[in-house]
Amino acid sequence: MAEKLKVDLVTPYKKILSEEVDELTATGALGEFCVLPGHAPFLSSLKIGELAYKKGGQIFHLALNWGYFEIEDDKVTVLVETAERADEIDLERAKAALGRAEEALKRLSAEDKEYRIQEAALERALIRMQVAGKAARK
Amino acid sequence: MASLKSIKKRIVSVKNTRQITKAMKMVSAAKLRRAQENVVAARPYAKKLGEVLERLARSQDENANPLLQKRVSQKALLILVTSDRGLCGGFNANICKAAERFVKEKKGDYAEISLMTIGRKGFEFLKNRQKIRKNYGNVLSNLNYPAAALLAQEVIEGYLAEEYDEVFLLFNAFRSVMSQDITLQQLLPIVPEVTAEEEYAPEYIYEPSKGELLAELLPKHIEVQMFKALLESVASEHGARMTAMDSASKNATEMIGKLTLQYNRARQAAITTELMEIISGAESIKG
Repeated sequence: MAEKLKVDLVTPYKKILSEEVDELTATGALGEFCVLPGHAPFLSSLKIGELAYKKGGQIFHLALNWGYFEIEDDKVTVLVETAERADEIDLERAKAALGRAEEALKRLSAEDKEYRIQEAALERALIRMQVAGKAARK
Repeated sequence: MASLKSIKKRIVSVKNTRQITKAMKMVSAAKLRRAQENVVAARPYAKKLGEVLERLARSQDENANPLLQKRVSQKALLILVTSDRGLCGGFNANICKAAERFVKEKKGDYAEISLMTIGRKGFEFLKNRQKIRKNYGNVLSNLNYPAAALLAQEVIEGYLAEEYDEVFLLFNAFRSVMSQDITLQQLLPIVPEVTAEEEYAPEYIYEPSKGELLAELLPKHIEVQMFKALLESVASEHGARMTAMDSASKNATEMIGKLTLQYNRARQAAITTELMEIISGAESIKG
């Protein structure tokens, strides 16, 4: 049997995921990457983005919000502030959040403190919609 | 002996009190369960983050990041976590006393010690005695991670602006429903827990660079520590309140027993007096 990755995904509120997977893709600070069993020790920060893992031929998607990724000895630890499985995402809410963030961005200039907050909100909403969309297509 | 009516009145009032304390106990029990779950849920995150941080910090120079750097300590900040509400036994009083003791003991070590309070009770206790930099209310009633993170960021900003050189956190750690540990934790500068054993550490690939990672990770660490401390404090508060209300209910029950006994005695005495009067009246007619 092929080797597997042992994945632990934790947020401050709860442990979201603790599973053995075949392959894992995430969005790092420098771009998307994919890890397979036997990967060298690796530590990266994660941007707001998508995490996908493959288990038994099926692909699962999650929307992540800012965190860390670590792999050592086929043990993967993902620390994030929030994470949502594709089927948990409230598409209506994400759309509403997207609208709100767009509105706010129009009104603010790039120097405002709030600009970055709203920008992050926009990104989060986009990722949520993207992930939810992938789940629906399956 | 007190009159029948006044005893009856007292029994009713104690019964009302018992009803309230019982209800409060139930509410606290429910809240405690939720708070306890939150504490347990936050533990793996804090633990993992600590591990990652340790690995990073071990191979890093102490001076690489201002949050790790030890400065000459002149000004200290003590963050005191109490509750917003009372009626929870010695929960707030104990920790406020501990804060005062801390200030008294450390007075010689620092040029200045300022305080920051989270929770109304601590603020009210200390506002006339110590220098309070700021009080944060309304954090505890609806505790969530972003609120704790915001708090931590303010603390970090102050630290980087050299408003204080060392930050301590004083809070009630949750041990069990019955007992809380008053815990003093150094928040800044960060002292990474380095395990004694020099095990073989594999060479890591860092993305982006190690320094950048550390710069992002350290504030996060403070946030998580803050969040954890607040969670523990909230759980402790509910535990303390539950215990206090439980013993209050017990005392009320005991009191009602005593008063009922008194009431029955008084009633019996009244009946006896009345009988005596009737008998003596009858006797006198006969005579």
